[in-house]
Amino acid sequence: MEHHAVEFTLQHLIALLPLLVTSLTAIVVMLAIAAKRNHALTFILSVVGLNLALLSLIPALEVAPLEVTPLLLIDTFACYYMALVLAASLACVTLIHAYLGGESGKGYPGNREELYLLVLLSAAGGLVLVSAQHLAGLFIGLELLSVPTYGMIAYAFFNKRSLEAGIKYMVLSAAGSAFLLFGMALLYAESGNLAFADIGASLARESSQLVQIGIGMMLIGLAFKLSLVPFHLWTPDVYEGAPAPVAAFLATASKVAVFAVLLRLYQISPAMSGGWLSELLTLIAIASILFGNLLALLQNNLKRLLGYSSIAHFGYLLVALVASKGLAVEAVGVYLATYVLTSLGAFGVITLMSTPYSGRDADALYEYRGLFWRRPYLTAVLTVMMLSLAGIPLTAGFIGKFYVIAAGVEAQLWWLLGAMVLGSAIGVFYYLRVMVTLFMREPNMHRHDAPFDWGQRAGGIMLLVVALLAFFLGVYPQPLLELVQQAGLVALAQ
Amino acid sequence: MILPWLILIPFIGGLLCWQGERFGHVLPRWIALITMGLLLGLGLWLWASGDFTLAPAPGGEPRWAHEFVIDWIPRLGITIHLAMDGLSVLMVVLTGLLGVLSVLCSWNEIQNRVGFFHLNLMWILGGVVGVFLAVDLFLFFFFWEMMLVPMYFLIALWGHSGSDGRTRITAATKFFIFTQASGLIMLVSILALVFVHFNQTGVLTFNYADLLKTELAPGTEYLLMLGFFVAFAVKFPVVPVHSWLPDAHAQAPTAGSVDLAGILLKTAAYGLLRFALPLFPNASAEFAPIAQWLGVFAIIYGALLSFAQTDIKRLVAYSSVSHMGFVLIAIYSGSQIALQGAVVQMVAHGLSAAALFILCGQLYERVHTRDLRQMGGIWARMPWLPAISLFFAAAALGLPGTGNFVGEFLILIGSFPGAPWIVVLAATGLVLGSVYALAMIHRAYFGPVQQDAPLPGLKARELAMVLGLAALLILLGVYPQPVLDTSAASMHGVQQWMAGALDQLASGR
Repeated sequence: MEHHAVEFTLQHLIALLPLLVTSLTAIVVMLAIAAKRNHALTFILSVVGLNLALLSLIPALEVAPLEVTPLLLIDTFACYYMALVLAASLACVTLIHAYLGGESGKGYPGNREELYLLVLLSAAGGLVLVSAQHLAGLFIGLELLSVPTYGMIAYAFFNKRSLEAGIKYMVLSAAGSAFLLFGMALLYAESGNLAFADIGASLARESSQLVQIGIGMMLIGLAFKLSLVPFHLWTPDVYEGAPAPVAAFLATASKVAVFAVLLRLYQISPAMSGGWLSELLTLIAIASILFGNLLALLQNNLKRLLGYSSIAHFGYLLVALVASKGLAVEAVGVYLATYVLTSLGAFGVITLMSTPYSGRDADALYEYRGLFWRRPYLTAVLTVMMLSLAGIPLTAGFIGKFYVIAAGVEAQLWWLLGAMVLGSAIGVFYYLRVMVTLFMREPNMHRHDAPFDWGQRAGGIMLLVVALLAFFLGVYPQPLLELVQQAGLVALAQ
Repeated sequence: MILPWLILIPFIGGLLCWQGERFGHVLPRWIALITMGLLLGLGLWLWASGDFTLAPAPGGEPRWAHEFVIDWIPRLGITIHLAMDGLSVLMVVLTGLLGVLSVLCSWNEIQNRVGFFHLNLMWILGGVVGVFLAVDLFLFFFFWEMMLVPMYFLIALWGHSGSDGRTRITAATKFFIFTQASGLIMLVSILALVFVHFNQTGVLTFNYADLLKTELAPGTEYLLMLGFFVAFAVKFPVVPVHSWLPDAHAQAPTAGSVDLAGILLKTAAYGLLRFALPLFPNASAEFAPIAQWLGVFAIIYGALLSFAQTDIKRLVAYSSVSHMGFVLIAIYSGSQIALQGAVVQMVAHGLSAAALFILCGQLYERVHTRDLRQMGGIWARMPWLPAISLFFAAAALGLPGTGNFVGEFLILIGSFPGAPWIVVLAATGLVLGSVYALAMIHRAYFGPVQQDAPLPGLKARELAMVLGLAALLILLGVYPQPVLDTSAASMHGVQQWMAGALDQLASGR
């Protein structure tokens, strides 16, 4: 391999712009907090920064694909997932603002501003991760993504559950990272390379026992972050304990970024695909689909239910990953986009139901009984989201599921498809249960909508947009499909 | 340009009903009635104006009486492709007619969430029309799954709780899961077919006309056919997978039962005729004996269980299982006469089952029970309704002079040459049919009187609905020619597909 001279041109800076803007925003927010605590100001700074980062994707796209240091490759694939991560972070920030409450002393009792800082840092980690083409980049991105989330999950630290969830996540996440590192070390020992493509090239010839163990360990580390069975045990507890908007971030931005890097690794390193690895992934996928859906059946807590359902959904995504040919990369892109949209909507409703912060989140299913007569718009949003999660036509979720099934059929993965059909049938049961709960009429129930202030209204408008988008993409998905089609992986010739 | 409006009218009408609730409970009903009237009118107009000698047939491009194509998702070769031939026009007209009736029969029954109720009702009917018109397989699947959601709401929110702890939500969920899971199996089949076609031609398309030309290896064809068959069998319903039907029917509000029995079951028969047979003729021919035996089993099993029911709506529901068994036999017979009989039977059963459910609803509004053990002696307590019930019970058992007789007779006579034993056994269904139909009349209307108080008679609206249906059923019974003429070309096409494959199978043995 030729050695890359590190030379930075304007082009490289432009390609890195989204990451730079996000990091800069984090610094500005930090300085602003140091100068004067102001919730509204912090919120506005974060929103502006994230929007600028999103806008800076346009110039970045023009120079893509471009390798920026051996660690990062900014191609259309990276840009697409950056957009997803940034949009999800933006939505989470909006929700956080509603959740923490206004200035009037109502709502969250502690310091509010640092949560934005953590989200921004974590988002920056996500941006690194989706453009990583090197194990070092992968690890830096992953840690930058994960470490702030420990703090985010435990942000409501005076609530025992939140603190417990944060500590649980930290311990298990660290264990996952350790596995990942060990796996990388083994891979390096055998191949002498850390770049995805080079690892693949040097291991394509011979594949020793050591390499296989190394890859297995890396897979464990990543499977932990994606909460795939059997590394899923933390998911329901953490989802339940974390403040609702943070759970939204975990379910969307964090998982999207990890899955994107897994996809790139799997696609670019031939050593990763083929042989026993895809059989192992098949098993993990089937187990995730079945366990996730079956355990979700028993839940009476909406956040736990969504946690288990996310396990199942990442099982579906693994179907596309294992398929790995033809439509597979597109299927992942479409599915992740629809999943992000849907999860944001679902967690958003929980957030607004729990807004402003009052000690605990409104996440028990009985609290949603007859919601239709109290908050018709929130109910409409949650209904669309449940239908979308179940993959029913007229919602974005249907298109995602359709794509994944198409990828599975194309690669003739009949066992996985069987599990998916079975899992969907089980899944319908609990999604419908949530949905019909919303419309159950309670005696002495009056029709009224809870009053809300501006902060809530921004969150509410965002949710309505999310719901409309989920509906629109379900009816006319062509724009999204074109976008994803262009966001294919580029393997740069070395 | 008229075809998309057939689908859009119910959807738009539904939204108007929903918003119309702001102005009181009566407005949504009128909007829904006008919407359905418009749908029926358009359907009749298309029937009158179309040339229904055009229909898809083996060899050459499918020809349609009316057609509409527009790009939808070019990335995957998906178009909004609607087309109409004799079979679909009959089904659309039936949908419009039963749509009008289901609005009318809910006029008093539904008193809360009127707007939302009619939204769901309209969307079901819009989805059903979409199923009858779509000739792009993605679009077909889209509507096939889409109509489940409003039906779910209809049963779950406005349904009745059944006896012995069967709740309406359980029934609705069961209905949804059965149809959704089987639908996904069909989706896998559709996609497999599309990719086989893609590998042969390099063109990714979901278009019916193109996929008809796909050449399939025998094993693949059989598996794909089974994928389609499972989805249709659940909706049909064929016996091992029928268990959602009695629950859903019994727990649904009257309009829901009318739509379920009247048209949702027909979408399955339509799907077999339009898609499963033409796309997989050889596998279907091979599968035909199994399907026909399943049909026989459904006829007898449905009839026996129907007789054993104490809930009047469950009784009618099981009788649907029995009647649809005849249609299944006919579809796989490969005989033109039987296939035309199947169409007549579908229309006749749509009318008679709808009427019976409407009558059940009217009875329930008066005696507030569906339990036959608590009825009895009603003949003496009210005019009209018992007599009309007797008429429709007689129609259900296939009395000559009603459409059901024509349908069943044609099915049996057409299938006899090909499968004599099956027909002999199926004919016993007619005898069993008389048993349960008359048992229902006897238990509900005759026998000892439970209470003496007279019951309120039928209002003009209620009377008009059932008498209108009775008139149509008699018309179909004595002069079925218009229906036969309309469906002739479509059924001829299906018959050619099937007969060609059956001949090949016979010569191969």
